[in-house]
Order: sequence, then structure tokens, then C-alpha cells
Amino acid sequence: MSEPLIKVDNLSIHFPLGRRLFGEPPILKAVDQVNLEIEKGAFYGLVGESGSGKTTLGRAILRAAPISGGSVHYNDGEVSYNVEELNKTELRDYRSRAQLIFQDPYAALSPRMTVRDIIAEPLELMKITKSREETDERVREIAAKCRLNLEHLRRFPHAFSGGQRQRISIARALVCGPKFVVADEAVAALDVSIQADILNLLKSLQRDLDLTILFISHDLSVVAHVCDYVSVMYHGKIMEQAPTRALFANPGHDYTRSLLSAIPSLDPDRPLKAKVYAPEG
Amino acid sequence: MTPLIEVENLTVQFKTDEGLITTVENVSFTLMKGEVLGLVGESGSGKSVTAKALMNLNAGNTVYSPESKITLHTDNGPVDVLSLKTPKELNVVRGGAISMIFQEPMASFAPAISIGKQMVEQLLLHSDMNKAEAKALSIEMLDRVGIKDAAKRFDQYAFELSGGMRQRAMIAMALSTKPSLLIADEPTTALDVTIQAQVIDLMKDLVAEFGMAILFITHDLGVIAQTADRVSVMYLGRILESGPVRDVIGKPAHAYTRGLINALPKLDDLDAPLTPIQGDIPSPLERPSGCVFHTRNPELKPGSRYEREVPPLTEVSPGHFAALFPEDVL
Repeated sequence: MSEPLIKVDNLSIHFPLGRRLFGEPPILKAVDQVNLEIEKGAFYGLVGESGSGKTTLGRAILRAAPISGGSVHYNDGEVSYNVEELNKTELRDYRSRAQLIFQDPYAALSPRMTVRDIIAEPLELMKITKSREETDERVREIAAKCRLNLEHLRRFPHAFSGGQRQRISIARALVCGPKFVVADEAVAALDVSIQADILNLLKSLQRDLDLTILFISHDLSVVAHVCDYVSVMYHGKIMEQAPTRALFANPGHDYTRSLLSAIPSLDPDRPLKAKVYAPEG
Repeated sequence: MTPLIEVENLTVQFKTDEGLITTVENVSFTLMKGEVLGLVGESGSGKSVTAKALMNLNAGNTVYSPESKITLHTDNGPVDVLSLKTPKELNVVRGGAISMIFQEPMASFAPAISIGKQMVEQLLLHSDMNKAEAKALSIEMLDRVGIKDAAKRFDQYAFELSGGMRQRAMIAMALSTKPSLLIADEPTTALDVTIQAQVIDLMKDLVAEFGMAILFITHDLGVIAQTADRVSVMYLGRILESGPVRDVIGKPAHAYTRGLINALPKLDDLDAPLTPIQGDIPSPLERPSGCVFHTRNPELKPGSRYEREVPPLTEVSPGHFAALFPEDVL
């Protein structure tokens, strides 16, 4: 097997809680000695409840959260980085290779910029394109892939519905041609009828653009449908890692079982019997 | 069963700078005593506006059409909710006969007043209890909804409680005045699944124990399937389908309901494709004529009746209605 695109080794992210006059302050272990490997071309799911550390882990991989211990290694065949040791020029390059799609498309788009400017901003900031024509071409190309038309590019975000906005924010994340994308709760704020549309779009973009996606979500049924590999997180630790089908057919960890049992079924005759996960100590 | 609240021809419009916006159009339903009615819909479907109308709680720019009528049956006879004006009259519905719990419990509690003080305050307002009795009842209610150390929690503030506990406290507060109707507006949406399961269990127990009616508003069909007796599906301000929860989810008659179910990722069939409903939700300023869903309905042929005429709610099976013309009912 080839080397994974992302290799996380023993990663810890600790936040001190306040300051003490004497001695060390208590520490919040947001991410605690996590190991994971994301193969090239994977649609990798990271599941957990609020406070489990899934977002912090995703951000650390993008060098957007402080790393307290351990390492993140990135290798796409062209370059190879130790993410925690990047210098300024390397970091700029890494930013164009690893991108983030946000949860809330209402908060993520500036209301004062046209859609064209929003999508073009990463290209201009990272000085990837040489001329305005080239920028426009890249913007049009990615917009078409995200099913936005030319007329949309001239408008402002307020004119768009939630689903369209999320397509804009996906286009913005992909315009600089990243190899790796972290989608943090990318469909959580959307209505069901639109959620399916965005999931299908992410799937097809992944194939067309040869992307590797880390899909962070609290929603097990969504993850079950789009991801091929899943890690389940709880209190900063990974509880279980398995290929999606194996995990859902045969969950190995009590916590995974308790999560699965808590999902309300569409069948009123199969009442909810949630198992409570209560680890010792 | 006796009806508790009857909503007839409810049409709600908001005055805005861009003109009158229709958010709820010709909605009618009846909620029986002790019944759980689910109201399902996506954002902008008008489900929250409908719920707020039951307490006459919509903002000052709201216009109710003259035909709109909401009748609440209380022990002292029927009350015409939309004609209530003064705060004293409104107290009968707001927090008296009807209590409401909201999506985000952190935003619903005042941050600088202890949970207990807020619970006592509303009891003093809505009952003839004295302070000591109100405190005793509040602590008892906190205990009933499964909060341990209720007496200690009584003196704490909202930020000191976890999300699930805050929602429980909210429920305890809403139920302490013994309302005959509880409106729950997306009560579990902001919660983790494991906590959601606990809150659903709790609400079921409470219905059994107190016998009150619940109007359960959510976008999540799974939650509805697990809690409601009957369900109404709303889209752009109209009810497109309503009936017993088994019939509506098991044998959906309207294309929109079928679309919602097909768009849901299901855990028992991972190979099933996710089918989105085509198109986007139209802006409230551009409400489609005829059936509000016709612009996104893949089953309609161009030029069909649904583009011009509003279909009536036609009975599909006993108690199960869908917004279809009679010739389309199989």
C-alpha cells in the first residue's frame, strides 16, 4: 500500500484552563494521543458528539490549531511536510493544498463581496494566478463544477438559498486546487432536501478532482452514506476505527453502539431504545 | 377525544420593506387533548410562525387574515386567541394554558438570573402559589425531569448546566404551570443524539403522566416517527399532507413527503442513493402560484392543473389527507 496522504501520530492538543498563581493550571485535553491515517482518495469520516475534539483535530491537521505533542505528516507525492514544523513559505504552499469547508454557509461568506470575488479571494491572497483573466477563468471553471452559473457570480450572497451558499463555499475552498479538504459539518446547517444534493456534489467533486476528504460530522447516518472509512471520537480519544460497512454492520465499541442506538428510526413500531455509554471512572 | 385547540384558515403575513410576505397560508388543524401532533417542515415552511400564532406571539408587523381563527378550549370556555390584546388577557395563553420550549435552551434562560428564580417567577405570575410553595414545586419538577441534586441545581445559573440538562430544566419550567398544551419548537435539534434520545423519552413519559397535548415542531422525520401520533407536513406556509404518523411516513401520498423521505440517509440501507428534491426552496417573495411545491415536483407534467390551481386537502385513507386533486388520489 502506498504512503497515506495524511498520517497523524500520537497527536495531542491541550489547552490550559485559566492561570494559577502557583503551580500548573488544569489542562483540557481536547485531543489526546490520536493516531489516524488517511489514504489518498479516501472519503474519511470523523464522528463524535459536541466536545469530542473532532473539529480541533481537523483544524490541527490544517495547522489551524496549536499542536501540543505528536505529529501530522502530509505527503501528496509532490511534496512531503511535517505539518507541525512548517515555515512561512511552506505553510503558504500547504494552505493551497489543504483546505477547509465550513459548517454555516450563512456565516462563512462576506455579505459585501460578490460571489465572484468570494471565490477568487484565495487565488489572489495566495498569489496563485498571474492575471485577472487567469483568475476569472479558474473561478468560472470551479463554479461550473459546483453547479453555479455565470449569472450567479455577479450577485451577492444574500440572494442565495442555503444550498446555493454551501456550493459557493465549496467552490471557494476548491478554487486553489487543493488535494485535501476538511469538511467540518458541511451539511449540518442545511435542510434535508438540500443536504442530499450537497453530499452528492461532494462525492462527485471528490472523483472528478481526485480529492481526499476528511468529513467531520455528528450525524452517523450521513457518514454511513458518504464515507468509506470512519473514526469515532469521544472526549478527545478515538474509540473505534473501521471501514464504514464493517463499523455499521458490527460496531466493536460500546460507545459506537450507544451512538447507533440513539438514532430515531423512521418506523414508529421500532421504538427508540438508547443504550447509555457510561465508561468507568 | 375532545378538541383542545382548533386552528381554522390561518393565514399569516408580515409587513416588510419589500411588501407583504406570506409565511402561512390557509392552515387548519385540530389538536386533541393528550395528543402529540408533529409539525414537520424545512426552514421557511412557516412551522414556527404557526406555533407562535397559537400564543399570539408573532411580532408587531404581523397581519392575520380576517378568516384566521384560533380557538382554545379551556375549563372556562372557549378563548379566541387572535383577538386577545392586553397583557392580562394574553396571560391566559402565554404560559397559562400553553407553554413553549425552544431550540436553544441557553438563549431561553436569562444568563444572570438563577434557574430557580426564573422558575419561581413564572409560577408566581401564573398561579396563586406563594414563594415557598413555588420553590418546592420547582425543585420537585426539576427532580421529575431527571435532574439529580435538584435543590442544588435550583440555585445555579444556565451556564453551569450541560446542554441536555438545560433542556430538561426548560421542560421542567414549561411544565410546572401545568399547561394543557406544550409547544416544543425543535427541542432536540441543538442536542447530541444520545441526549436527544433522553429528551424524547422524557417527553413521552410526561405526556403519559400529565396528559397534556404537545405540538412537536421539527425538521427531523425520525424524531416525529418516535414521538407523534399524527403529523402535518408543511412547505412554504401550506400543509401538504397530514394524518396518522404511520400512514404519512409509511405510505406518503404527496410528492413532497416522498421527496423528504428519499432524501434522508437511512442506516438500514447504505446502498440506497440519496435523492435530493430538485431545485431550491423559492424565496418567500416569489411564492409559486397553484400548488406551492409544483416548481420542484418531478412527478408533474408541464401545464398541469397544479401550476394554476391550489389543490384541496383530499382524504387519501381514513384521517390521512394530502394536497392533491381528487383524480390523483389512488
